[in-house]
Parts: sequence; C-alpha cells; structure tokens
Amino acid sequence: MSLHFTKAAELLELCERRGESISEVTLQREIHESQLAREIILRRMKEYFVIMRDSVKRGLSIESLSPSGLSGGDARKLAAYAAGEAPLLGAQFARTMAYGFAVLETNAAFGRIVATPTAGSAGVVPASLLSLQDSHALDDDGAARALFTAAGIGHIIGANACFSGAQGGCQAEVGSASSMAAAAIVEATGGSPRQAVDAAAFALMNTLGLVCDPVGGYVEVPCVSRNGMFAVHSFLAATMAVSGARCVIPFDDVVIAMHDIGRRMPRALKETSEAGLATTPSGLRFRPAPPRSTPAT
Amino acid sequence: MSAFDIIGPPMIGPSSSHTAGAARIGLLARYLLGAVPESAVIGLHGSFAATGTGHATDRALAGGLLGFSPDDERIATALDLAAAGGMEILFSSIDLGDSVHPNSTRLELSGACSRHLELVASSVGGGSIETLSIDGFSVRLCGQLDTLVLWHEDRPGFLSHVTAIFAAVEANIATIRTARRHRAAEALTAVELDAPVLPEISGLLSRMSSILHQACIPPLP
Repeated sequence: MSLHFTKAAELLELCERRGESISEVTLQREIHESQLAREIILRRMKEYFVIMRDSVKRGLSIESLSPSGLSGGDARKLAAYAAGEAPLLGAQFARTMAYGFAVLETNAAFGRIVATPTAGSAGVVPASLLSLQDSHALDDDGAARALFTAAGIGHIIGANACFSGAQGGCQAEVGSASSMAAAAIVEATGGSPRQAVDAAAFALMNTLGLVCDPVGGYVEVPCVSRNGMFAVHSFLAATMAVSGARCVIPFDDVVIAMHDIGRRMPRALKETSEAGLATTPSGLRFRPAPPRSTPAT
Repeated sequence: MSAFDIIGPPMIGPSSSHTAGAARIGLLARYLLGAVPESAVIGLHGSFAATGTGHATDRALAGGLLGFSPDDERIATALDLAAAGGMEILFSSIDLGDSVHPNSTRLELSGACSRHLELVASSVGGGSIETLSIDGFSVRLCGQLDTLVLWHEDRPGFLSHVTAIFAAVEANIATIRTARRHRAAEALTAVELDAPVLPEISGLLSRMSSILHQACIPPLP
C-alpha cells in the first residue's frame, strides 16, 4: 500500500485504512523512503529529543545576555515564577513558556538546538513535549513517537506551503511549529488522528498573518517570547480539538490560506528587518553591522 | 521530504535558513571545489544581505568552507578560524534579481591545484538548500543524497557511457541531470544515488577522456 500523502485528507484516509496513528504512518513512510530499520530511525529521533531537552536545560541556566544584548535570562525568570506561590493559570502554564524561551535563548547564544521545523521556531515543539512529560506519563520513546506526529503535519505544510520566514513570514515558522506541536500533543495524550489534524488547523488558523520583523535581524525579539507563548498556544489548539469544538476550515485549507497570505505579505515584513518592530525607534538601536570580511581590511 | 528534514537538523543557532542552510551551502561548495578553499568571494542576496550578520550567515558560510557541519560549535568563531588558517573571505551585497529566493548567495572559490568554482545556491527554509547553478550550469541539487558531479565535454553517447558504468556495479541512479551552456562545448552532469559513490565508479569515470573533473558529495549533515 502506498504511503504517499501531501494532504491531511490523504493522511487521515491512510490512518483510517491501516488503523494507525499519524505518528505510525509517518514512521512507516520514513522507513520506506530511507530503507533504514525502524529501530535506527526511532533511535535517531530519540537522539534529537535528547538534544531538544539539553537545549531547554541549557537555556534555563542562562543568566547573561546574548551577544546582541536582546535576550537572555528570561527563561530562568519564568521558571522561577512557575515554582513560586500561585502562579497565574498554574505552574505548568509558566513552565511551558519557560521551556520555549529556553530553547530560543540557547539558540541566540550559538548553542545547539534542533530546527523544528526552523531554528526561529525551535522552541515550540520541545516545550510542548517536555511540558507533557511533566504532567502526563510520556517517556522519551513516547516523545520520539510524538515527534513523528509533528513531522507528519510538517510534511503536509512543507509540501503545500513553506517554513521559511523570508518566504512566508512568522506564520510559516512559528505557525507551522505550533500546528505540529498541537497535533503531537493530541496524539501523545490518546487523541485520534482526526482530532490531531483539527488541532493543527486551530493552531495554524490562529497564527495566520504573523509577520517576521526581527529586531536587528537577530532571532531574538520577538522570537524568544513568541516561542514561549506559542508553545502554550499549541495546548489551546489541542484543547479545542479534543473538546470537539467544530473545525470549519479544515487543515488543508488553512495551509492554502497560510501560503496565500505569505505570498501577499510585503517583503519588508518577511525576515528583512525593513519594517515593523525592527524599524521602531527602539528597534533601530539594534541595527546590525554589514558582514565582516576576513582578514579585516 | 524526510521526517528529519522537518524535525532537524541539529544545528548551532540562531537561524535554520540563515545559519544551518548557509553552513550547508559552504560545505557543498567545499565538496564541489574538491579542495580546501584558499579564497572566497561571497555575494549575499536579499535577506542574506539584509539580516546575515545578526543570523551569523557570514560565520556559517565560512564554517561550511572550513568543513564544519551545521551543528559544529566552531561556527561561532569561524571567521577568526578562517583568517587564522589563511583563508581569505570577502563579503559583499549582491542583487541576483527578484525571481531568486531571498536567502541566496553566490560563492566564487579558489583552491589548491588552481581549482575554481562558482556556486549560486539558496537556503529554502528549515536548513534545506538548493543549488541554482554550478559554474554557470543550471543544476538543481539539494545535497540530501550521495551525489556525483561531472564536468565533461558535450559529446554524443556520453550519458550512455556513464550509465553503463553505474549499471555494471549495480548502483541505482536516483536522478541524473545534464546542463550545458553551448552546443558541443563543456557540460555538467549531476548524478544523485541511493548509496555512497563506490571507488570503482570514480576509477572507471576518471578513465573517460571526456570527463574533465569530478566531485563526490556525501549527503550533507
């Protein structure tokens, strides 16, 4: 049986016919395409999850500012707030944000992260899964499987739109990451493939139009806080889906909308730092220097 | 698209397109040159030019030219390491036109044995890359598979000779593309394979008088 899919409708049909989850179908597809053994592929994904967790750990310990001076130390503050007395909406809320911040603070400090799907959006999926590990019985094998759910959703976005902020704005980066995370959360907590796809739709639908206007061209403001906030956004989308809230525009159509909006978005708001936050009076103070040639001339 | 193109690559921050993709482009250029680059003139187009410094695009390209993987922590100091190693790198802003992906670059490299290479490539998102041209030949490569690039004379029967060699060692060709600039002049053929290029293949190909130069490129990390 063909494991080919580029649309969520095709993926759901595959899941139904085979009686399998999105993560299993995506894993089977990877086995078929790579011709590698299942254990090798699963081990590699688990290694990636360990890198993700290390990037969170490192970020939570960062106290100093990044080389640009734009970020650093906030993941730590959020984690401390989460551990304090009566944090708003409970400890898991602030802690999930802290994890998302942590990955991006590590990223800004030239640390090692896993692009998921990009570096600028690398905090959303790890923060969601690590948060689930805090609250649910999700071991590292389960987290690795959840990453295949995320990859299945990402595959559809990649085939029909794009992940690059320069082409589609932040909706293509953090929007994609958040829809991948939402689906992963649903499947990892026992939801159906349909609920997972609806969660992906809710997450992406509510990030449409998000521009990429990074201050100074650095992946820090607003990227660090956005990764923390959209990790929580993924849980909101997952909650909507498993509650049975009606998804009027299906995921495939939301992806079309994201692609369409990305194409219409002005170039100045697509990772060029020529507008938006980057050109505000305070943003302009961080304008970058031109690339340096070697040896210095 | 592999699941590991979406979840991955592991990389040094801060940007998959501007850092990891740039490192991969540098690495691909080093493989294509087939020698340690001694000097590089690098033109940055679009967003690479506009936000390259903040995203460490310059350091990542230099890191790739030095042979570093996208997750090599030495990328952070690659410009200093290049300078210390005597690799001269010159950056400038260029305009490759509106139709070219905003994250694109043109590298002109010189290396040992008077090898030269001109590569135009784009970083298309999430660390994935695509070549637009190699030495002026329009060839699209993604660096995901084992790849053999042949610079050769444009002669009748060339491809049948090449494919016969692959058939003889039972190496499966995933894709093959030939590009030329003029009739009966120099051409370039890029072969993507499902397995590493066997030494027999390179040996047999190097005996073909119509092949001027060849480069073996493993899947990019």
